[in-house]
Amino acid sequence: MRRAGVDIGSRTIAVVVMEEGKIIYSTVVDTGYQPNETAAALLTPFAAPVVATGYGRHAAKASFAREIITEIKAHALGTAYLFPEVRTILDIGGQDTKAILLSPQKAVVDFVMNDKCSAGTGKFLEVMAAALGYDIGEIGPAALAGKPGLKISNMCTVFAESEAISLLHRGTPRQDIALALHQSVAERAASLLKKISFVPPLVFTGGVAQNPCLVKLLSEILSTTVYVPASPQIVGALGAALHCATLI
Amino acid sequence: MSDYRKMWADLGLDLDAHDQLLQALPPTYHDVYLTQTNRPQKMDYFDFVVNEIHGLRIQELQQHKQQGGKVIGTFCVFVPEEIVRSAGGICIGLCSGLETGSGEVEKILPRQICPLIKSFMGFKLGKICPYFESCDLVVGETTCDGKKKAFELLNDYIPVHVMETPQMKRERDYKLWLKEIKDFAVKIEDITGQKITAASLKQSIIDTNAKRQALLRLASLRRHKPAPISGKDSLLIEQIAMYDDVTRFTQKVNELCDELEERINSGTGVAPANAPRIILSGTPMAIPNWKVPHIIESTGAIIVAEEMCTGLRYFEGLVPEDASSLEEAYANLAQRYLNINCAVFTPNNNRTQRLMELVEEYQADGVIHVSLSFCDPYSIEATQVEKACRQAGIPILKLETDYGQEDTEQLKTRVEAFCEMLR
Repeated sequence: MRRAGVDIGSRTIAVVVMEEGKIIYSTVVDTGYQPNETAAALLTPFAAPVVATGYGRHAAKASFAREIITEIKAHALGTAYLFPEVRTILDIGGQDTKAILLSPQKAVVDFVMNDKCSAGTGKFLEVMAAALGYDIGEIGPAALAGKPGLKISNMCTVFAESEAISLLHRGTPRQDIALALHQSVAERAASLLKKISFVPPLVFTGGVAQNPCLVKLLSEILSTTVYVPASPQIVGALGAALHCATLI
Repeated sequence: MSDYRKMWADLGLDLDAHDQLLQALPPTYHDVYLTQTNRPQKMDYFDFVVNEIHGLRIQELQQHKQQGGKVIGTFCVFVPEEIVRSAGGICIGLCSGLETGSGEVEKILPRQICPLIKSFMGFKLGKICPYFESCDLVVGETTCDGKKKAFELLNDYIPVHVMETPQMKRERDYKLWLKEIKDFAVKIEDITGQKITAASLKQSIIDTNAKRQALLRLASLRRHKPAPISGKDSLLIEQIAMYDDVTRFTQKVNELCDELEERINSGTGVAPANAPRIILSGTPMAIPNWKVPHIIESTGAIIVAEEMCTGLRYFEGLVPEDASSLEEAYANLAQRYLNINCAVFTPNNNRTQRLMELVEEYQADGVIHVSLSFCDPYSIEATQVEKACRQAGIPILKLETDYGQEDTEQLKTRVEAFCEMLR
């Protein structure tokens, strides 16, 4: 029995196809300007029932998806499949940061999200990487080599960018600025986790979990191991596919 | 509606801006209200009222004024409407549920301020609210600093009488409030030119109680599973309660309740019996601010009560009808209004206590607390509401939002995830 899940996010679309409880296919592509069409095209070859999650879920339900669930539930299901011991999830995607607390039975008991602005999300890191002349994949490793001590006080993407640029003008090495930016993102995420009184083990999902500097800083601030799935971007789609399997 | 253009022009409305406002409303109302399935038939009266929101009711106000009557506008459930009517006036709630005229407003008010305050100032400065333009007096209160200071500015455009609402509920606060009510009565007599008598006040207390009892009847019918009426429809009725003709409104709500009783007897509901049942708590939702209720009920959940000023805080608590003197009637009014559990009071434990009772009475599965951005009293008190809910094991979601639509998707994700938790 083949089941599919799709996570139509602000920056990427992830697809997971499962058969007999195993992942047989997964992919991540840019959301682009026709997200619903792109998602449908990715899924068509598999001819499987689909559950959709992410910002595009309602549009997907109107066209091809059998059912929808929120990203919160999808990440809870997907993470629990990969890490059966998980109690807390931090998901940082392109536009949202979510902290999710699970019961020992893996039911969502509490969650918080960032406000409507993109501060501390993947989009924030993208803008900062561009300002410092890095690719999005480079800024994390570069920040690991940065010297601590600098502080970026603004979390607004636009203000933080101008703060970073004025530091560049003063001759501050860009990896030091990168580290300070990561520090502020990590502190913001940590405060969301404290709001829900997080319980270890903590799993970090979403595209931003690929950033090694954030993983390191988070584990330092929270004094706990931060587990990252091998493919953190597909966890939402995986959860959707798992939910699909329960429907039929 | 074309017949009303002359009336609007005579009132001094900015007709172009007003046209834009009227064009924006019907699609919203259609999407939020008329697409609901299985609505009670007797909602047709309230649909009609909304459809005529700037038409027929304004015409009634104008007829009242042509016969020498006065119209008094308010923004708050603390203003005793009984007093206005006992002196022959009509009391109406004013427009404040829509972002409008912000360019003009930001000339005199800070950009980051409560959207409700921004809205009423926008309606007045933009000359697009026929209710505002029909008012002989606006009554303000001191229920928050933002409103208090904004009323000083509003007074440049329309006469404003401010009532000092206390911040605590001690004996001396009650005495102050009683004095405020008496001063208000004198002011209203002055405006209308009619003396308030023990008999006229008694009659208006009876009429207002009847309106409250109709709303209480509606509220109590919503305790049933499955819910006989949607939360959105109930909120609409509670919003209309503040400006419709009292006697007619009371009769129409009672007719609706008759139909709801039949529905309950036959087991008919607007949502399945197992739909998550939500109590909304927080800041008032003025017409046409239906954003959060629409998001909640679009997930398949059902709102069963509003612990808000556009809700139970408006109609819980009756005024004794047996006062033997004017003095005693004023005292009864003061007592009833001071019992309102507004977040402006310190402490305000009665609000959280009442909320916990409501969860029981209405068989609610969860509470969604909604505060308007920059509303300090409710945003801060949300912490106590959350604490009380958690101690009682009641799931709670806290939201803060304004009249803009740009955060709709984020709100949907939060509300849907909360409802997933409840199922």
